[in-house]
Amino acid sequence: MTSGLLFACVGALLFVMGVSGVLLIRHLLRRILAFNLMGSGAFLVLVGLAQRHGVADPVPQAMVLTGIVVAVAATALALALVRRLHALTGKLEPPEADDD
Amino acid sequence: MTDPLVWLILLPLTWASLAFPSGPGRGAWLAIAALGVQLMLVLLLVVDVTESGILVRAVGGWGAPLGIDLAADGLSVAMLLLTQVIALPLAIYARSYFSATAPEGKYFWPLCGFLLAGLNGLYLSADLFNLYVTLELVGLAAVGLVAAGGGARQIAAALRYLFAMLLGSGAYLLAVALIYAAYGTVSMKTLAPLITAEAPVVIWLAGGLMLAGLMLKTALFPFHFWLPPAHGGASAPVSALLSALVVKASFYLLLRLWLGPFAGLTAGAGLLGWLPATLGALAILWGSCQAIRAQRIKMLIAYSTVAQLGYLFLIFPLLTGEAALRAGIMQAFAHGLAKAAMFMTAGVLIKATGQDRVDSLAGAAQQLPLTMFAFGLAGVTLTGLPPSAGFLAKWQLIEAAMAQGAWIIAVVVLVGGLLAAGYVFRVLRQGFLLVPATSADTSVFHPLPRTLEWMALLLAAASVLLGLRGVELMELVSLGGAV
Amino acid sequence: MKRPVVIPAALLFAVVLILAMVDLAPPALDLRPLVAANLASSGVAHPVTAVLLNYRAYDTLLEIGVLLLALVAILAVSESVPTTSSTSATSSDLLLPMLGRIAAPVMVVVAVYLLSAGTSAPGGAFQAGAVLAAAAVLLHLTGLLPGWRQPGVSLRWGLAGGFLLFVGVGAILLLVEGDLLRYPPDHAGVLIFLIESGLTLSLGLILAGLFLFLSHDKGDVG
Repeated sequence: MTSGLLFACVGALLFVMGVSGVLLIRHLLRRILAFNLMGSGAFLVLVGLAQRHGVADPVPQAMVLTGIVVAVAATALALALVRRLHALTGKLEPPEADDD
Repeated sequence: MTDPLVWLILLPLTWASLAFPSGPGRGAWLAIAALGVQLMLVLLLVVDVTESGILVRAVGGWGAPLGIDLAADGLSVAMLLLTQVIALPLAIYARSYFSATAPEGKYFWPLCGFLLAGLNGLYLSADLFNLYVTLELVGLAAVGLVAAGGGARQIAAALRYLFAMLLGSGAYLLAVALIYAAYGTVSMKTLAPLITAEAPVVIWLAGGLMLAGLMLKTALFPFHFWLPPAHGGASAPVSALLSALVVKASFYLLLRLWLGPFAGLTAGAGLLGWLPATLGALAILWGSCQAIRAQRIKMLIAYSTVAQLGYLFLIFPLLTGEAALRAGIMQAFAHGLAKAAMFMTAGVLIKATGQDRVDSLAGAAQQLPLTMFAFGLAGVTLTGLPPSAGFLAKWQLIEAAMAQGAWIIAVVVLVGGLLAAGYVFRVLRQGFLLVPATSADTSVFHPLPRTLEWMALLLAAASVLLGLRGVELMELVSLGGAV
Repeated sequence: MKRPVVIPAALLFAVVLILAMVDLAPPALDLRPLVAANLASSGVAHPVTAVLLNYRAYDTLLEIGVLLLALVAILAVSESVPTTSSTSATSSDLLLPMLGRIAAPVMVVVAVYLLSAGTSAPGGAFQAGAVLAAAAVLLHLTGLLPGWRQPGVSLRWGLAGGFLLFVGVGAILLLVEGDLLRYPPDHAGVLIFLIESGLTLSLGLILAGLFLFLSHDKGDVG
């Protein structure tokens, strides 16, 4: 097993951990961390799997850089929303779902 | 201005980023003028594609697979047309809707511009990774619009929406990673001949991830949980933008992938199309029932969106023929126009009565006849009565279903139409039939700019009249074929 | 309640995915020779920078759009506070402000180095902008820079300027060269450096803004 493939396998595990976290955790800050875990997992798969035969490939590396910036933007927006919710309700958990 | 295709992306990016430095609440006229130009550009593009078939532009001059290709065929031009046709009246409406100091309109214009740039970029992109970036552009702009200036309830809805979007695009991104690893390219054109029925397991996983992620983003039942609070809680122009346009983008992408790069997988597995179709049928039933029960008018319209999106997914088992694709695009147009009009009338009604309960609409027809008429026309389209575009879409869908012996789809379409009549008439009955209690303080109607009513009526009338000229539109879809 | 469904499903998916990845054959297409062959006409010497700012520069353009958009969305969400006196976090510590005063100029120099190194080595506008933003955050945390309220006109132009420059260059190239962001090989290096310089400033402001605008919302009660 090359190091690239190992990275990809770790990435796959991180991804499913992140997805489970986003689905299961109610605490919003932890949920944002879980989202970042998920994103990092996808990035590791993207870079790691592309260089599973040992040679680095600049194209997925550039894609990951783009992806990281997008993830930063999403994380910042999520944090802003959580802070606003906290300022308004004093809670760091979403209110119960109301369907009407 | 020689190339309408690229300018459709550059222009909204430019006015969005110019509206932001102009200051809070500014940029409306710039946006309206630019949207007028965008509408002309898309009409030019329609002519170009009609004359010369599929158009491809290599960004940076490199061309796929090293660079990124933009491509316009009939399907993408149809979606672009829908976007610009709805965006212009909606912008005129929004300019009157947001008062100068309204907190929810503070940065409406830059956010709206980025959203439209993302949509246009998505419809024109032929590169799987670039599509991921456009998906995020659309998703984050939409979340920002939902949350803007809102209270706790709206912020909570925006957060739920954000996490749903991020899960969806995360799944999509992992799929892109797997595809790149397997084939060394993310260009749809290069991938299409490479992906065959003997594709490795990772490609099946990638297809599954993309299917799940995009169904979540399109709010297909049972992934619809985020849609009603987000669309029902935002301000009226935002709800119209999201319900009419944003959810169509992920549907379009799913359809594009299904017919394009993944055609090798989907053509072989005939039963696969029944998965989205079954969920679509459930969405029609569940969404309609919830709409019939809803107390608040915007929740009613939002649940109606859940139901109407279901029709889009009924076409997947029938895609072997072209008729189903035409029906899907017709439904996207019918629902887009009618739903934008409906949310716009809801905005007028809520502003006029100061309440958003269906029960509080008594007497609305006397006070706001144009608005109730517009709601009625939009309702005609959603119910699928002739001669509306909704009728044409459902007719095509039933025809395609019967031609392939899938009578169950025809039954679902007919039942869905009856249920839609149920929730549309609930609102109309309140507005038209009940006489307002005289001197009751609940039925005070505030005067509003007439522009609001006329723009809603314009889109509602378009949704009905399109049924008369729908054949030309549906022929557009066949141009250039799938990528 | 969701736990018994989600966790086994996630584990199953991970196992299937890993087995499938281990089993994967080499790809039919290899972009590395293409990247290397065109490096000479790309205007930069580092392959990742060439992909980011030339071959796939359109991705980067939209990515900066996403970042600017996130900042606008944050401003739209945050409460409009009337711009009265800007309270700076007053620190009684003497050492911390002093370290901040020493570190910030050094960080600016590092940012300029990262920007210029980006053409031939890892680095570039985003990294340089991140260091600039970190300097601003450091100054804020040491009490030397107040948090930002709603931005004024000049700050708003600074935030949007880098992106507008990028879009402008792209549009001019579309008119002159016939394709969006198609750099003429002779001028590619200069144009890319121009874009990167503009982006460094705006990215620094945007990333700092993501922190400094938030630090004014009364989010924490502690």
